[in-house]
Amino acid sequence: MMKIGVLALQGAVREHVKSLEAPDTEIIIVKRPEQLEEIDGLVFPGGESTTMRRLVEKYQFFEPLQAFAKAGKPVFGTCAGLILMATDVLGEPEGHLELMDMTVQRNAFGRQRESFETELSIRGVADDVEAVFIRAPLITEVGQNVEVLAEYKDEIVVARQDHLLSCSFHPELTNDRRFHQYFVQMVREAQAAVNV
Amino acid sequence: MAERGTDRVKRGMAEMQKGGVIMDVVNGEQAKIAEEAGAVAVMALERVPSDIRAAGGVARMADPTIVQEVMDAVSIPVMAKARIGHIVEARVLESLGADYIDESEVLTPADDVYHMDKSEYTVPFVCGARDLGEATRRIGEGASMLRTKGEPGTGNIVEAVRHMRLIQSQIRKVIGLSKDELMTEAKNLGAPYELLLQIREEGRLPVVNFAAGGIATPADAALMMQLGADGVFVGSGIFKSEYPDKFARAIVEATTHYEDYELIAKLSKGLGTAMSGMDISQLEGFDRMQDRSQ
Repeated sequence: MMKIGVLALQGAVREHVKSLEAPDTEIIIVKRPEQLEEIDGLVFPGGESTTMRRLVEKYQFFEPLQAFAKAGKPVFGTCAGLILMATDVLGEPEGHLELMDMTVQRNAFGRQRESFETELSIRGVADDVEAVFIRAPLITEVGQNVEVLAEYKDEIVVARQDHLLSCSFHPELTNDRRFHQYFVQMVREAQAAVNV
Repeated sequence: MAERGTDRVKRGMAEMQKGGVIMDVVNGEQAKIAEEAGAVAVMALERVPSDIRAAGGVARMADPTIVQEVMDAVSIPVMAKARIGHIVEARVLESLGADYIDESEVLTPADDVYHMDKSEYTVPFVCGARDLGEATRRIGEGASMLRTKGEPGTGNIVEAVRHMRLIQSQIRKVIGLSKDELMTEAKNLGAPYELLLQIREEGRLPVVNFAAGGIATPADAALMMQLGADGVFVGSGIFKSEYPDKFARAIVEATTHYEDYELIAKLSKGLGTAMSGMDISQLEGFDRMQDRSQ
């Protein structure tokens, strides 16, 4: 049995819980840093990145989250979660958790009226994944260790660096669970590697 | 290929606000204080509800200068209010780039019979409701988010509690009904049948439902979360209190950790004076904002 956590400080928590469901998986709602010790993988949900960032600091999640990722446990950030994971954020002096070697641009498409949905081809997942972009960020640059898994109009929207995965859209808002199951598989593999 | 203004895009935007606090602000400076405190969005207004009450007269959409100033000041989403049924105010706010429009009874209604057809807009809408009939009629018209009406600008939580409890209990009832009882329930509630069917199947409303109208303390915010709110709107409560930035932070924290009573006790210490409240039984007729629309 694996345990996957969803960071529940603010945002679309319930939807991720639903999308992650798998027979061998228990989902944990993470509200306290000590809960990180019991889980094998973690999702940073979408929400307001400024708000989530403040709450991460307020509740002493900052170092435990960095340690969690450093220990090789898989992390999946969607939209606001992606912003928290990036080493650099355009227009800001520094990134936040700085887990993945990439630069992101917040609200890259504009305001809410520019938000949209489309079908996306994601390497290793499918070529018709439903993707809802809401005041979404973009990945403008990635480091050498980062693999680009999907682009939209030549801009990077999904990236992976070893056990870390991030995307600028909201897979949790659709009934298309293939991308979540890709992450569940990453957690399964990471756990198998530890148990060998 | 890309589609804008779909239900998923409009409702999804509100999903991202869950567990958060949306604060009323009247200028860029207040908007920055709200953002710093961890608000998930701000509502740009010319006057907060308690001042609208005090001023009397006709309350309209805010001057676009204020909405623009607030949008320039913060990176979190900016909402703005249009009068009920005022199609042009809504289109103006949409063209300015407001991220959400509140078709709000806090402003003086422009149409005393009809709400707007909100499905026609790319920008999403939030609307107030007192019961499940009102809630589902607004969703039927295209609202992508709901909030309780409460009684705005009073600092008195009693109406918001009443509306939230009623909606939750009506949802529970609908879930428990057999399909052949549902049409009569739709008639009694004045609710679209198809939406009740959907609620019965999914066990919840198809859009998020925030609490609004009278929240004045961190404990009020936590109370509404415990009653099943997805998040809270705080109007006059913050910038009418003695120390707005401290107050704003405390409300954000109490909303996140609404079941942590030791924390809420700590947060509530030394906050200074909350906004002065109002007994709702003093309000009659048009002063009861919640009765301005059906």
